[in-house]
Amino acid sequence: MIQVRALRKHYQVHERAPGVGAAFRSVFRRTYKTIAAVDGIDFDIAAGERVGFLGPNGAGKTTTLKVLSGLLHPTSGQVSVDGHEPRRREDAFLKKIMLVLGQKQQLLWDLPPSDTFELNRAVYDVPLPQFRETMRELEELLELGDLVKKPTRTLSLGERMKCELAAALVHRPKVLFLDEPTIGLDVSMQATVRAFVARYNERHGATILLTSHYMEDVQRLCPRVIVIDKGLLVYDGPLDQLVARIRPDKRIVFRFARPVDRSDLGAFGTVVRHDAGESVLDVHKDAVNRVVTQVLAQLPVSDLTVENPPLEEVMSELFARHRA
Amino acid sequence: MSVRATVRAFPTLLRIGFADAVAYRAEMIVWILATTMPLVMLALWSAVAQDQPIGRYGQPQFVAYFLATFVVRQMASSWAFYEMNFEVRNGTLAMRLLRPVHPLWAYAAESLAGLPFRVLVAVPVAMVTLAVVGRDAVTHDPTSWALWAVSMLGAWLITLWVNLVIGCLAFFMESSMKLMDAWLVFFFVLSGYLIPIELFPARLRAVVDWLPFRYQIGLPVEIMTGVHPSYAEILELLARQWAWVAIGFGATLLAWRRGLRQFAAYGG
Repeated sequence: MIQVRALRKHYQVHERAPGVGAAFRSVFRRTYKTIAAVDGIDFDIAAGERVGFLGPNGAGKTTTLKVLSGLLHPTSGQVSVDGHEPRRREDAFLKKIMLVLGQKQQLLWDLPPSDTFELNRAVYDVPLPQFRETMRELEELLELGDLVKKPTRTLSLGERMKCELAAALVHRPKVLFLDEPTIGLDVSMQATVRAFVARYNERHGATILLTSHYMEDVQRLCPRVIVIDKGLLVYDGPLDQLVARIRPDKRIVFRFARPVDRSDLGAFGTVVRHDAGESVLDVHKDAVNRVVTQVLAQLPVSDLTVENPPLEEVMSELFARHRA
Repeated sequence: MSVRATVRAFPTLLRIGFADAVAYRAEMIVWILATTMPLVMLALWSAVAQDQPIGRYGQPQFVAYFLATFVVRQMASSWAFYEMNFEVRNGTLAMRLLRPVHPLWAYAAESLAGLPFRVLVAVPVAMVTLAVVGRDAVTHDPTSWALWAVSMLGAWLITLWVNLVIGCLAFFMESSMKLMDAWLVFFFVLSGYLIPIELFPARLRAVVDWLPFRYQIGLPVEIMTGVHPSYAEILELLARQWAWVAIGFGATLLAWRRGLRQFAAYGG
């Protein structure tokens, strides 16, 4: 569905030092710097896949999504989305895709979202019966209710994002680029958006490429991740393999019936956190069974959980290694 | 987007554009009031012409001319450059580019969508004109009215192209708002908005005839008030007006295509 070969996108950025003098000089003479936002990346995504696109701020994620959706012309390289070259922005291509930017909106600010839905119906040339069916489905899945009748400017951030998603899907795109769709949302709204994206993918077989700084979004939605840093590809593969490769540890959380000393735990693994009633230990995955058995035998354990290390830590370590 | 599909979507674009234009009713009325300069000029020139006419302009002719100017300005205006500047600078143009309708069509529809509201203001002024200065203030010739309609369309298109070209320059300059200020200085002086072109010195008039400004305001007003004695004269001026329409169209497409390559779609 999506093929990217040796994609590069370089920008010319105007630079100047702070201060009035520099501002005045920049009127007559400007210096420009070339920024390699994306510097030669390759990947393929099959139809119906849900892929997380990860990287720190400024890694080139949003630039890549903008190239894939035809907003930016690549400096070099080949990009194909369902057989289309995005930069041509052919109607047939635009009718198959949608880019949702968590920090930009397509909803008409002064009008109710229902007007944006109607506008999209007209410009995407969606037949009326299909439009009604799609809206019924979206209103049910996103619990839109009366939100669609209120002026957009009066909606909360979460309500607006639900309506943004609905507006983006009026024409049932086959490919959905989601850039930080849960940014700024509360935990429950994040869960709603995640569940919705998963159901849309399952129902319509849509291909989804998602960027998010909330690792929960990625863990819940994306079996595969593509990681970039400073415009370069760092990893492309299953999320669990990435975790296993970077952090072959498991995190064991012990809760104790009575306080224990930190020194009692040091022998079993790396103590990440310790207080009187609870301790967190990182242990190599092969040693989990042995450690659990030993701790249960030696210490007054009342409860325990075994989990993967937080994805945030895995990513930090991956970027640190890449930059080293 | 194919022309057929765009034409099909156009009524919805107009309807939504109208709803958007009237979302802030008070602001809309204030904006319309801000275009009442011809009424100020009317008072000024009427006072000047109190004792003796200037050229063939006595008080009634000035009243008719500036009320017609007000009507034409209302009906042939566009502020698309303002929206474009904002959208290019903060990157929201990206959302328009994702839709399969050409953004220039969308800007045109939005400009046109404000027309019904402006007509609501312009029609009473036209009625007052007729009541105050009599039916002879405007032409009675149906052919001239047909040519007036053509000149109005031309005037609106030139104004729209100017807005879009200046809007597109934001791709290169990041903000082109001041360029519109500069354009408006020439527009106010050379379009017939403040002074009828007929009263310009002959040499300046010869230059103005070749510039686009007159065809944004002056020509429709002149046809409406029956200034031109022959169809041949009107047709010659219309030919120049539509030459500017064609030049403006070409310039708009060129600025758009070149500019879009510069578009950085700022912001996440």
